[in-house]
Amino acid sequence: MITILRKELVDYFTSIRCLILFSLAFLISAMALHAAYLGIRGQEETQFVFLSLFTTPEEALPTLLNLPTIMALFFMPFIGIALGFDAINSERANGTLSRLLSQPVFRDNVINAKFLSSMFILSLTATTSLLLIGGIGLRLIGVPPSSEEFIRLFIYLVSIIIYGAFWVGLAILFSVLFRWIGTSLLASLALWLFFGLFYIFMVAPTIAGLIAPGADQTTEAAVRYYQVQNMLLRFSPNYLFLESSAVLLFPLTRTLAVLTTAEASYMMPNPLSLGQSLLLVWPHLTILISLTAVCFAVSYVVFMRQEIRT
Amino acid sequence: MGKPIDKKTGKKIVVETRDLTKRYDHTTVVDHLNLQITENEVFGLLGPNGAGKTTTMLMLIGLTEPTEGTARVFGFDSTREPLKVKRITGYLPEKVGFYDNLTARENLKFIAQLNSISDDKSKPLIEEVLETVGLADKADQAVGKFSRGMKQRLGIADVLVKKPRLAFLDEPTAGLDPDGITQIIDLIGRLPQSETTVVFSSHRLYEVQRVCQSIGIMSKGKMVIQGSLDELSRKALTEGRYRIEAETTELNPQLIEVIRKIRGVRKVEAQGNLLQISADADLRAEISKAIVQNNIPLIQMKIRDFSVDDIYMKYFHEG
Repeated sequence: MITILRKELVDYFTSIRCLILFSLAFLISAMALHAAYLGIRGQEETQFVFLSLFTTPEEALPTLLNLPTIMALFFMPFIGIALGFDAINSERANGTLSRLLSQPVFRDNVINAKFLSSMFILSLTATTSLLLIGGIGLRLIGVPPSSEEFIRLFIYLVSIIIYGAFWVGLAILFSVLFRWIGTSLLASLALWLFFGLFYIFMVAPTIAGLIAPGADQTTEAAVRYYQVQNMLLRFSPNYLFLESSAVLLFPLTRTLAVLTTAEASYMMPNPLSLGQSLLLVWPHLTILISLTAVCFAVSYVVFMRQEIRT
Repeated sequence: MGKPIDKKTGKKIVVETRDLTKRYDHTTVVDHLNLQITENEVFGLLGPNGAGKTTTMLMLIGLTEPTEGTARVFGFDSTREPLKVKRITGYLPEKVGFYDNLTARENLKFIAQLNSISDDKSKPLIEEVLETVGLADKADQAVGKFSRGMKQRLGIADVLVKKPRLAFLDEPTAGLDPDGITQIIDLIGRLPQSETTVVFSSHRLYEVQRVCQSIGIMSKGKMVIQGSLDELSRKALTEGRYRIEAETTELNPQLIEVIRKIRGVRKVEAQGNLLQISADADLRAEISKAIVQNNIPLIQMKIRDFSVDDIYMKYFHEG
C-alpha cells in the first residue's frame, strides 16, 4: 500500500489540481484576514480576541462570507470533491485499473491509498489556511492566543478534517459507482449544492413550516417551528458542521436549543468552558465521523465486488 | 497441491479449468469451459468477438469471479488465492493504459515496486525489457506522448518486468504496424525459452500459426476444439491438407472431370478460369500434365499448405 500511496502523493504534488487548491486556500486566508482587519477593532471587548480572527464578519463582509460559513458551505466540500471524484474511475478510464489489480496487491490497498493520499492533501490545505490566518493575524493584532483558544482552534482543525473526510468519502463513493468521470463529478456537486444551499435555505424551512404551522401567531408555535427546523437542518452535513464550528469558535454559544428572547435574557452572557463546548459538539462530530465511515464502507464493499473490465 | 501432468505428452499442466462459467444477468459469456494448457508452450486462444476470450482470461487471473466452476493456475485457485496467482502471472489487457504523466521507466518501476522487486534489482531488469521491446530510446519520455503501438510494446515490457511464469496477453498485436507485429510475435515465440508459458488471444490467425504449439477455438463461450496445432490440422482437414490453385486461359467440364479422377484429389472447384483443388499430396505434376494434355494453356499454379485459417473456418462455422 505504501507504494501506491507514495505514487498518489507524488502525482498530487506535481499536479495542477493541487496548485489550484493551495491557491484557493491562500485566497480564503486572505479574505478572513481582510475581514478581521476591518472588523476586529470595532468589536466590543472580548475574552477571545485571537479566536475572533477566525470569525469576525461584522459589517465588513456579508454574513455568509465569514470563515466558518465559507469552510462549511463551500471550501471543504469543494476540496473534498476535487480530491476524490475521479479516484477510481479515472484509473478505469485510463485502462490502468486492470493492470494495477493484476499485480499482487489487495484491492482494499488501492482504495485505502486513494483515500489516505486525498486526506493528506486535504489536511495539509486546511492546516495551511488556518496557520496562515493565525500567523499573519498574530502579527496584525499582536495578541497571542490563550491556551484555551489554541486548543479550541486545534479541535476546530480536527473537525474540519473530519468534515472534509466526509466529502472525500462521498466523492470516492461516486467515483466507484459511476464509470464516467463527468457523472461522478456532477453527482458530487449536485449533492453538495443540495445540502449546502437548497436544503438549508429552502427545503428544511418549507418542511418545518408544514410540520409546525402558525409560527407567526403564537410564541409556542414559533418555538416549535424553529425546533423542527433545527432538527431538519441537522440532516445536512454542511449545517451540522457549521453548528459545531460555531460552538467551537464562539465560546459564547451556550446552547444549541431554541430559546425565546425572554428565556435568552435570563442567561448569563458568560462563555462556555472548553469541556462544555466539546460536550455540545460531540454528537455532531460523531455523526460526521459515522457518515464518513458509511461512505467509505459502501465504496469499499462495492469496489471489492466490482467487475474489473476496462 | 501438486501440479497435474498431461498423460499424453508428460508435460506439466499449468492452467486448468473445470466447467468454468460466467453469466451476466441472463447471458452466458463463458459456458462450462474445460481448458488445459501445458507448461512452456505458447497457447493461442482464437474466436470471434464476444466469444468469451477476455472473460476467460480475467477469471484465470482472478480479476473476475466465475459464476460456476473452478480455474486453477499452477495449482492455485484463481478465485480463492488470487494474490498467489497474480504473483506469478502477468496480464496485458486489450486496451492497455499507463499513467500518462509518468515516463515509460517510471511506469515500469511502479509495477516492479508493487511486485516487491527492490530498486537495485529492478533497474537492470527495466533496461533489459525496454531493450527487448525496442523502447530503450524512449524510456524517459512521458507515456502520454506515446502512440498506440508504443503503448502496446510498453504493455508487453510491463508484463515481462515481473518475470512471470505465465503471461496472459489479450490481443497483444492490436494497433501495431506489420513490422511491430512481426517483432512482438517473435518475442512471444521466444518466451517459453525463459520458462514463461504464454496464453494469447488473437483474431489474426497467421500469427497464431507462427508461434503457437497449441490452440483453442472458442465460440459463444464454449471451447469448440482444443489441441496441438498438428493434431488439429490432421483432424480438421480430412478432405485433403493441400490446396492447389491452377489458372488457365479457359476451362471445360471434361478437364475438371479428368482432374477429379487423379488419385489423391479430393475436391475440385472452378471459379471462372481458376481451379481450386484439394488433395492429399502435392499433385502439381499430375494436374499440370492433365491440363496440357487437354490442350488448355496453363498460366500459373500455386500450392498452399494447410493453415489455421482452414481449421478456424471449419470449426467456427460448425460451432
